[in-house]
Amino acid sequence: MAQRMALSTNYAIAYAVKNCDVDVIAAYPITPQTTVVERLSEFVANGELDAEYIPVESEHSALSAVIGASAAGARVFTATASQGLALMHEVLFMASGMRLPIVMSIANRTLSMPLNIHNDHQDMMSSRDCGWIQIYISSAQEAHDTVIQAYRLAERLDILLPVCVCYDGYVLSHTYEPVEVRDKQKVLEYTPRVERPHVLDPDKPITMGVMALPNYTYEFKYQVVDALKRVPKALEEVDAEFADKFGVKYGLYEEYMCSDADVIMIALGAIASTARLAIDNLRSKGFRIGLFRPRLYRPIPVELWKSVLRKAKMLAIVDRAIAFGGCGGPLFSDVATMFINDSERPLMINFIAGIGGRDVTVRDLEQMGLMAFKSLEEGLKEQCIYFGVRGVDYGL
Amino acid sequence: MIMDYSMSTVKDLPREEYFASGHRLCQGCPEAIIARLVTKVLGPNLIVVTPTGCLEVSTSVYPETAWKIPWIHVAFENAAAVASGVEAAIRALQRKGLKYKGRKIHVVAIAGDGGTADIGLQALSGALERGHDFVYICMDNEAYMNTGIQRSGATPLKAWTTTTPVGSKWRGKLQLKKDIPAIAAAHGIPYVAVASISHLKDFAYKVKKAAEIDGPAYIHVQAPCPTGWRFDSSKTIEVARLGVLTGMWVLYEIERGVFKVTVPVPQRRPVEDYLMLQGRFRHLTKEEIEEVQRYVDEQVEKVNKRAGYTAIGPVVRL
Repeated sequence: MAQRMALSTNYAIAYAVKNCDVDVIAAYPITPQTTVVERLSEFVANGELDAEYIPVESEHSALSAVIGASAAGARVFTATASQGLALMHEVLFMASGMRLPIVMSIANRTLSMPLNIHNDHQDMMSSRDCGWIQIYISSAQEAHDTVIQAYRLAERLDILLPVCVCYDGYVLSHTYEPVEVRDKQKVLEYTPRVERPHVLDPDKPITMGVMALPNYTYEFKYQVVDALKRVPKALEEVDAEFADKFGVKYGLYEEYMCSDADVIMIALGAIASTARLAIDNLRSKGFRIGLFRPRLYRPIPVELWKSVLRKAKMLAIVDRAIAFGGCGGPLFSDVATMFINDSERPLMINFIAGIGGRDVTVRDLEQMGLMAFKSLEEGLKEQCIYFGVRGVDYGL
Repeated sequence: MIMDYSMSTVKDLPREEYFASGHRLCQGCPEAIIARLVTKVLGPNLIVVTPTGCLEVSTSVYPETAWKIPWIHVAFENAAAVASGVEAAIRALQRKGLKYKGRKIHVVAIAGDGGTADIGLQALSGALERGHDFVYICMDNEAYMNTGIQRSGATPLKAWTTTTPVGSKWRGKLQLKKDIPAIAAAHGIPYVAVASISHLKDFAYKVKKAAEIDGPAYIHVQAPCPTGWRFDSSKTIEVARLGVLTGMWVLYEIERGVFKVTVPVPQRRPVEDYLMLQGRFRHLTKEEIEEVQRYVDEQVEKVNKRAGYTAIGPVVRL
């Protein structure tokens, strides 16, 4: 039976993993992810989930162990954040290169130094282009449902790619919300076990994780590129099937008051939820502003994004990560690139905000909106603004 | 067919081959001998995990493979972690009735000394402590051969490598060899053994025993490398045998805490006989050879004390 419970996003994810009947979990503690694997260990300990729980000695081994388990045909899960994700970095490419349908949740947290356990997206952005499907969510319910969708998506034989479900550490990971925990039977009907053709099996021996020389490596890599191209349509289908089964649909992105907007604000994850209020406040003052929240961020469904964004005069892109020495934040660079060859395109302004868990309030987002309007009227003085950092005055 | 213990010579090993010829390992490479033997003894219900290294790059170059059993490579430092995952998957799938009903599937990691003693030690320690039912085999060729003979924690005292050159200040490796089997044994796992390709029957028995014991098992096997140790490729077995006969490589096992020398050496050969076959020790002076001899004598004394009798005898010069 579906059950309505008060759950943090971490717990909402643990319940989803349980109801997907995973076979192997590898877990290593790291704040603010830890309560996901704590709750999963309870499920295994009290028999609610029949799985092997591998308490590994590092995140590097966590991903390595689920790679081994997935290669042997099991449904697997792991979770991490921040330094843990950074420690996994080399293995991330191996998981996607080996086309293993691993699901991992990431409670986004900044990277040291200085050491800080709070939220920004620096961890994920530093592992952004590693062949994983990346979905950013903005509520506990969405996290729960997205994990279920992630198995369905990852295990599709036309996809076979790992998925990470990203959510802001603490802001979402530790915030309790009412969550409809989906019925296990229905979950398993929605995402049944899939027999994959290529797994480690003595009855059909294969060699996995091969070495390739320059004559083949490029084609291996391109197959990942090609599989990623199929993801937007596949996720739309997976999302539609989810809606049929559970009555909720998330789409590949969320748009709010974009159709007539002069300025569209773009933000991932929790900031987007706060931004809705800022949009309402600015709208009530007569500013035509909208909000665009990407859900599927890797791969970017470029044409879909552009179909919404191209109507605006100005895009205000809020990045919760720094691309040190680059041309702006990672999200900004992506959006700028997709318009680069268009003769008519919106102006773009980039706000770096919320670094190391610094609060991004409704008022902050209103101010960013106003700065975007001012730049639209008076011309763009600064393309990339480190919003709210002490000691820097942009005169805006 | 799985090997049984009634084997009297290596000719009684199963005829089936699960490690194909035509791989790209060097002539005289001990790793091919090890891979062939391990897969013969445990195949075909076997999954092998290999970290990055000579064995991996020489047997899996796409689109070819030397492995007739399921095989996986992921990274350099994570063979034990990957093996943990494979073992856990088999366990879960069996328990849920989804696969391998009533069958024993062996999981074996076959790694080099760099992937074991250095970069992979953490993953190995974690897997041994967690008690996965798998066998970890370290092929010890005492350096990073795949990248071109760099020193590892397993390189012995005074050995030349490309990062322990012989100069006016350095005389090969300045430090002792790391005792990896002792580290493995310190985890309290049910089975630890040291083997050599010069004593294949002993090695085969150890592999079989390791696989049959419930829980983690560790086998450390000597792997003389013609390329890195600088000897003729026809002499691999001879060098391995002299390692055993000089007492520099003692063949033992620790089964549930009980230590036993499996190949006693009543009369020991001087270390010089082993060292002088190899170009990596060519720079050693008479005094330095004597220093190595004294070190080996001390080690042998400890082994005998532990065995409770003179398992490895005194040096007898021929």
